[in-house]
Amino acid sequence: MAIQRKSNMLIIDGNQAAAIAAKMSRVQVVAAYPITPQTPLTEQLSQFVEQGELKAEYVAVESEHSAMAVCTSASIVGARAFTATSSHGLAYMHEMLHWAAGARLPIVLACVNRAIGAPWNVLNDQQDSISQRDTGWIQIYCRNNQEIIDTIIQAYRIAEQVHVPVMVCYDGYILSHTEMPVDVPEQADVDRYLPSYKPHTTLDPANPKNYNLVTLANPRIGVDGKLCHGYMELRYLLQEALQNSRETILQAGREFNGIFGRDYERMFWEDRNDDAEITIVAMGSLAMEAIVAADMLREEGIKVGVLGLRVFRPFPKSDVVQALRKSKLIVVFDKNISYGSEGATCSEIKSALYGTYINASIRNFIVGLGGRDIKARELVEATKKAIASLKETVINPDYPEWICQI
Amino acid sequence: MKANAVNLIEKEWILPGNRTCPGCALSLAYRHTLKALEGQCIVTVPASCATVLHGMYPITAVNVPCVNTPFASTGASATGLVAGLKALGRKGITVLAFAGDGGTHDIGIQSLSGAAERQIDFIYICYDNEGYMNTGNQRSGSTPLGAVSGTTPVLGKQQYQKDMTAIMEAHGLPFVATCSASYPLDLYEKVKKAKTIEGTRFIHIHTPCPPGWIFPFSDTIKFGEMAVETGLVVLYEIEDGIFRLTSASESIARKGGNLQPVREYFTSQGRFKTITEEQIDELQEWVNARWKQCLHRATNL
Repeated sequence: MAIQRKSNMLIIDGNQAAAIAAKMSRVQVVAAYPITPQTPLTEQLSQFVEQGELKAEYVAVESEHSAMAVCTSASIVGARAFTATSSHGLAYMHEMLHWAAGARLPIVLACVNRAIGAPWNVLNDQQDSISQRDTGWIQIYCRNNQEIIDTIIQAYRIAEQVHVPVMVCYDGYILSHTEMPVDVPEQADVDRYLPSYKPHTTLDPANPKNYNLVTLANPRIGVDGKLCHGYMELRYLLQEALQNSRETILQAGREFNGIFGRDYERMFWEDRNDDAEITIVAMGSLAMEAIVAADMLREEGIKVGVLGLRVFRPFPKSDVVQALRKSKLIVVFDKNISYGSEGATCSEIKSALYGTYINASIRNFIVGLGGRDIKARELVEATKKAIASLKETVINPDYPEWICQI
Repeated sequence: MKANAVNLIEKEWILPGNRTCPGCALSLAYRHTLKALEGQCIVTVPASCATVLHGMYPITAVNVPCVNTPFASTGASATGLVAGLKALGRKGITVLAFAGDGGTHDIGIQSLSGAAERQIDFIYICYDNEGYMNTGNQRSGSTPLGAVSGTTPVLGKQQYQKDMTAIMEAHGLPFVATCSASYPLDLYEKVKKAKTIEGTRFIHIHTPCPPGWIFPFSDTIKFGEMAVETGLVVLYEIEDGIFRLTSASESIARKGGNLQPVREYFTSQGRFKTITEEQIDELQEWVNARWKQCLHRATNL
């Protein structure tokens, strides 16, 4: 029997979707500093709090570094904490991002992806969050505004289960300032899906504990004779938590589907990959554009599928191998660049395929930096160039191609 | 009843055998701070000598809950603790930020100023050993004129100290005070008073540092007292804008206001080995002018 669901369709932009998601997740402490293009999200949350729609402490901090410091300490006390930022704000938070993950705090951060200066640029690419990939956060990318609202709610489920903070990333302007239909969940359903946060420790003068004090490399014996972890063991446990979070992420997606009827039991999105000889890989809203490009290529008789990356950390290596097993050519589009090397998602794909039976050619294109428009037609042309490169040397395989005017 | 050596609470929240240097004034100041709060607090500490005092995992010398936080973030960390406690409806716990002068005057000034402007309800204590002592004595915004340090190795510091208490007073706080580790009862009274006041409260504590300042470990109290007797440190509190001299500074003022000359304070510490006569004269003039202002401002003489 089909489950009866009430649909509550609203036409909203990505920032509104994120604000509604944070409200429905019943966050208790919000600390944020305005930065383009995240600002409307911050304003919306402060409005929710001032109007009494969201029972939370809203802290208008004086910097992003402080935003994350407020979140870490509020989270240690046991409050559900939320923040959002972009670009330079995320970079300014860098130290505290490490601290939040190192302290194993289930904070959720919405990163509205924006380019980083110099020179100044307020438009979209993914250099900001990619630059933070090694801070120990789970990173999930959204393709549209429905995914923003759904992913933030799921993010708390995931973070509070594995004790790892989650960064929910969505493209600035392309999603943050673009209105589209979003099915907004019922609060009662969200409450059923996301129970209130139960911290595993309490800060209490009657039972004093010291958090994150100096920890030696080697394990050390406590006053009770018990051997406690060294710094290295604590780092291993963080890595293990991310490695093992795949099951939690899939389960959170599965249960979300059970309540809300939208299936997130997946680490990435696939489109016509079953019979594809060529797979286009992209992350965020670009993965939607890639579907349009695949349509156009299929009309010309080229069997193209799309792999839209969703979870970037932990990187789903074995799932990716499974999805790409039939591909002869993999064309990776990156809205970021690891200078001197290549696009970050391309490196991940190569790393996942190394040592497997898959011997596909891989081509990497850097696109859309600083908000440079990417047309489906350009993705089509790039894919054709990649196909041609299999026969003749039109591409240097060591470094990525750039879709720009140099 | 005023605190005295007999009626001071006996319970200790800093356990013996901590990792501070011999003669450390910080541990004395921290000890009396926690006594005044009777341990009913959550402390947040940035990278500093206090981190060293707290110990190494899994052993800590401090018997109150503590949240370590990166260097620049003390004010924000305290904000987060206050916000979290409020969101959870937990009452009756004082949030105490406890940072050194580098973490207050320099790298932490932004987050402290932000928290103070937001009027977050916590006590911020800066224990001031006048340099980055945890990293082996480099100059900070609170290192005095003429002091040699790891980063002023030849000439000594060429600038005056930043008056952090005045900066915090300018935030319009309900309570700011200066203390010295050498006057623990004055410190105890001020922390006790701060505990009863709502809003951001700022207390500055002068904490002599034997290895950094280069004087015998046994002379910590003597140098703290000398700083007050010469007027280099003035003990006062400002509650709702009302300025009062306290403890030894009040006594000096009441007994005619005559300060000891500053010269011996400088000539008896190794860190001032390159200080010039002109600098000492300059500092004496600076002390005299400030003392005059304090006498003028004091409402309790």
